[in-house]
Amino acid sequence: MSSVMYERMRANPKFQELVTKRSRFAWTLAAIVLTMFYGFVMVVAFNPASLGQPVSEGSMLTVGVAVELFMFIFFWSLTAVYVRRANTEFDSLTQEIVKEAWKENK
Amino acid sequence: MMRRLTQFSTALGLLAVAALAYAGGPLEGVTEKQATNWHAIIMFCIFVTMTMGITYWASSRTKSTADFYTAGGGITGFQNGLAIAGDYMSAATLLGLTAMVYTQGYDGYIYMLAFFAGWPIILFLMAERLRNLGKFTFSDITAYRLDEGKVRTMAAISSLTVVCFYLIAQMVGAGQLIKLLFGLEYNVAIFAVGILMMVYVTFGGMVATTWVQIIKACMLLAGGTLVMILAFSQFDFSFQNLVEKATAVHKLKDKLMYPGSLLADPVTAISLGLGLMFGTAGLPHILMRFFTVTDAKEARKSVLYASGFVAYFFNVIFIMGLCGILIVGQNPEFFEGGTVGGKLIGGGNMVAMHLANAVGGNMLLGFLAAVAFATILAVVSGLALAGASAISHDLYARVIMKGQASETKEIQVSRIATICLGFVAIILGILFEKQNIAFMVGLAFGVAAAANFPVLILSMFWKGLTTRGALFGGYGGLVSAVTLVVLSKSVWVDVLHNPAPLFPYGQPALFAMPVAFLLAYIFSKTDSSARAKLEIDAFEDQYVRGQTGFGASSASNH
Repeated sequence: MSSVMYERMRANPKFQELVTKRSRFAWTLAAIVLTMFYGFVMVVAFNPASLGQPVSEGSMLTVGVAVELFMFIFFWSLTAVYVRRANTEFDSLTQEIVKEAWKENK
Repeated sequence: MMRRLTQFSTALGLLAVAALAYAGGPLEGVTEKQATNWHAIIMFCIFVTMTMGITYWASSRTKSTADFYTAGGGITGFQNGLAIAGDYMSAATLLGLTAMVYTQGYDGYIYMLAFFAGWPIILFLMAERLRNLGKFTFSDITAYRLDEGKVRTMAAISSLTVVCFYLIAQMVGAGQLIKLLFGLEYNVAIFAVGILMMVYVTFGGMVATTWVQIIKACMLLAGGTLVMILAFSQFDFSFQNLVEKATAVHKLKDKLMYPGSLLADPVTAISLGLGLMFGTAGLPHILMRFFTVTDAKEARKSVLYASGFVAYFFNVIFIMGLCGILIVGQNPEFFEGGTVGGKLIGGGNMVAMHLANAVGGNMLLGFLAAVAFATILAVVSGLALAGASAISHDLYARVIMKGQASETKEIQVSRIATICLGFVAIILGILFEKQNIAFMVGLAFGVAAAANFPVLILSMFWKGLTTRGALFGGYGGLVSAVTLVVLSKSVWVDVLHNPAPLFPYGQPALFAMPVAFLLAYIFSKTDSSARAKLEIDAFEDQYVRGQTGFGASSASNH
């Protein structure tokens, strides 16, 4: 039974649309996080001194602290962006796909 | 019958509390500050009474296996987010990371980012499919199209390994901490934690465990924020002012805000980053939290809230640690013998506690001590539930009984498993009292990253994974992670007293993870059995379900 349903959903062009859109979106965001995080780890490993510099003359705020604080906020904003889009656009697309698969049943 | 048992257990719990209070008298070698213990004990008793009440209420709502393992899938995204944050922020986070900032400055902040950065990745790549494919434990996902018996046995073994190492770390930490803060005997503290945990999990299941976690997360967030505000106000809330003064007095001087010795070489830095990031995505008690919500929508929201709380709290801890450098580090009252720069009273991990005492007096110290105890209790309960479900759901119900066990029987087994795990935790806690346990959490994360994570992610994303590949990958990751930790300095030198470590790095992830992935790949690719072909074909259906959530277990089932 569910196998038939899965077959139908897979055949629905909307399913392809959902998968392509969501995968592209999720992997883009993941790539941003991974690149920034491991880029940062590389800087920590190979050029730690650069992170100890103040952001401006006389300031006690170092580049390292500023960059990290930015990453905390930025990564969290990305999760918010993803949740927003997934919970509206992707979820309604999903519901349509499931509904259409049911309809074929009748 | 159940109700009577519950009443009995509540009485037992209160008895444990009474024993706590009774044993709270002064021990040898205590200073006058020990009087604060009563604040801590009273506040902790309030916490226990409250959570016991919840356990009593929860036990009447815990009837099916779904109630027991996942609170019937009826937890909202916000509640679950708090509970995940609670699971993630252990006492080690509060005490250990504050202390790390206090001694190492900026390095502590780097650690925190590594702890945090796994969450967005979990959301983007895993949350959706976890919720859509899983039911009670994460091996539901790996077992979806692979040989259930073999794959679940493996997942249960690696889950229990992770749970046991994590439990030892928490129990020993609990014993030491309670000994210090409450003035209790180490063994009494271990028993108190073990018994309270058994009561929560056995009677209240996931409902009680979740609420214990939520209450504790709120207490932790509130307590930490209060200490931070009171401390930071002494520097007029100026980061400039705070860092200027801190660098002036700290022994690292100008290097305080530089990446330092902790992450000296690139291999350690990258391996640690990998271990913390992907270890998070392989911890059984965290993964279990994806099944307590109604659907993928709520699962996503949980991660959003959880990562928000975690990110916020890490920044609070960073400020707390920096304030500690001045407020605690410059006050002779907090040092043994009154010499500034000597040994902190109670050891290096007590910075957060001394800071609370300095800015908020005995009341705040008592509150924070109670929070720390509650934190350990909550994390230990979550771990015990994850361990018990690996035994009862994976091993008993699915492998031994092949899905023929009745729900009542399954719950019974998980209750027995919880009690056994409780005693195992107590025994291990006592055995390891004098051991150096610093490597335990690292090991738990290493095994989670190398044994659980690769198989889980491959089963969700890679069509070609077969049972043979999953088994070689999973066991290969497990064995290599454990071996590398045993050969590293923290075990080979510190515990086994050999002159030099055979494996020069602390975190195994960078080496053990590729081993797991490679083995899984090779042994899947070379698997030409008929079974393998069926497994590969079954991926299509799994894929559609993972994407759409159609056929996923939902709250309405229960």
